[in-house]
Amino acid sequence: MPFGLLKFGLKKNYPGNHRFTPANKALKNHYDVVIIGAGGHGMAIAYYLVKYHGVRNIAVLDKGYLGGGNTARNTAVIRSNYLTEEGVTFYRESVRLFQDLSNEFGFNIMMENRGQLTLAHNDAAIRSFRWRAEVNQHLGVRSELVDRKTIRELVPDLNLSEEARYPIIAGLWHADGATARHDAVVWGYARGACARGVELHQLTEVQDITVTRGKVTAVETNRGRVECGCAVQSVAGTSSVLGMKAGIRLPIHSYPLQAMVTQSYKPVLTPHISSPQLHVYLHQTSRGEVVIGGGTDPYPLYNTRSTLEQKESLAAAVIELFPYLSQVRVMRQWAGITDMTPDYSPIMGLSPVKNYYLDAGWGTWGFKATPICGKTMAELVATGKVPTLIQPFELERFYRFEQINEAGATAASH
Amino acid sequence: MKILNCPLNGPRNILEFSYGGEFHPMPDPSRCGSKEWAEYIYFAENQAGLVTEWWYHLASSYWFLAQRNTITDEIVRTFEVNEVFSERVEFSTQPEGDQNNG
Repeated sequence: MPFGLLKFGLKKNYPGNHRFTPANKALKNHYDVVIIGAGGHGMAIAYYLVKYHGVRNIAVLDKGYLGGGNTARNTAVIRSNYLTEEGVTFYRESVRLFQDLSNEFGFNIMMENRGQLTLAHNDAAIRSFRWRAEVNQHLGVRSELVDRKTIRELVPDLNLSEEARYPIIAGLWHADGATARHDAVVWGYARGACARGVELHQLTEVQDITVTRGKVTAVETNRGRVECGCAVQSVAGTSSVLGMKAGIRLPIHSYPLQAMVTQSYKPVLTPHISSPQLHVYLHQTSRGEVVIGGGTDPYPLYNTRSTLEQKESLAAAVIELFPYLSQVRVMRQWAGITDMTPDYSPIMGLSPVKNYYLDAGWGTWGFKATPICGKTMAELVATGKVPTLIQPFELERFYRFEQINEAGATAASH
Repeated sequence: MKILNCPLNGPRNILEFSYGGEFHPMPDPSRCGSKEWAEYIYFAENQAGLVTEWWYHLASSYWFLAQRNTITDEIVRTFEVNEVFSERVEFSTQPEGDQNNG
């Protein structure tokens, strides 16, 4: 085995199939299912539809390239320590599917069970953590309130000084917390879907959606008109803009979320760390880079520009938690547009337009839901029935004033 | 530092302000149906392009309106609310038909 590895290392062309590049095909004028958005979610829906429901005539359209939107921009956190019963149950299933995804694909998504530690700097946070831990344990998710001594054992390098601006007084330890290579997840789904006949069309932008007598019948693209039996909206960052093309107004505001990553260093940090009070979360990747993210920008914007204020605030928070990181260099920074809903829960299921399905409002919690969202949305498209797991997340909930108030949604802003 | 030109306080760092949401005429809560009210409080245009929205200067508790381009992040114009409202808008405080319930 070591010699085999050495041979791979010295070869000019790596012989493994390490990424997925779809073949270019002509766009047909009709598909049974058109999925708009070739991110993790869109490809997962296509994958489960073709593999488990036998729906073959599927096109996935993307204005950019495979996995080039928020699938590439998220910070790859997988966890299920939410607060509402609906949220915990949904994300618990997602974590379970993630655990088996490499086997499902025959392709390594580099799933790593690192655990996640959320920090409390005040009494109110402890109360909310205790509540979350109780709800999680009741639903079979591993979460527990931990004291400073346990925190020191879990993360020896964390600054537990009582002289800090916001001293750490307790934590919520989530042993199920994990990370995976986000690109590999979308490539795995795309490879599996395309091998079974799904067509993936990149650089194919949906410019308009034709609704006839309350039912979606076709989409207009830059490559021509495509008729469809049904359509699934599965985009992130432009949910409202796309929804309006179908005449659907959504309860979404789009905000940028800025993140950054340092140069690679030796492994020093195993779990994910997040601090709601400092508006920051971070973890060290298996490549050694420290990935740092935080809360969203203070006002809505469709622009992935960066601001010094936000970067400075992330850096200040990280240095408070890990003073030794003060000398590390930031290697890259970026932003993604997050479609925030009023209750911090996604919008999945039926829409006011018949045969037009919504997979929207994924704010800062989209990557971790990729497998379960794909599985349940595929079931909805194939059977026309809304699976129990996603019923609470339908758009209608806002008209009934039955929000799923997910205060455990964003690791940074609650 | 991004500068926002406040109609009351002049050009200030945008961090002194709070975003207050899209500008929509508010339906009378005691007279409109629950669907209309839900759309007013939860749903949004969320447009990519030129929008009109509420902003608030934190230090002086001052509300005003701004036109902003949500693609380029440019603040095109800020103005006082009296450009839109010529008189005070009164809302009844009790639901229709509920006046006698105290």
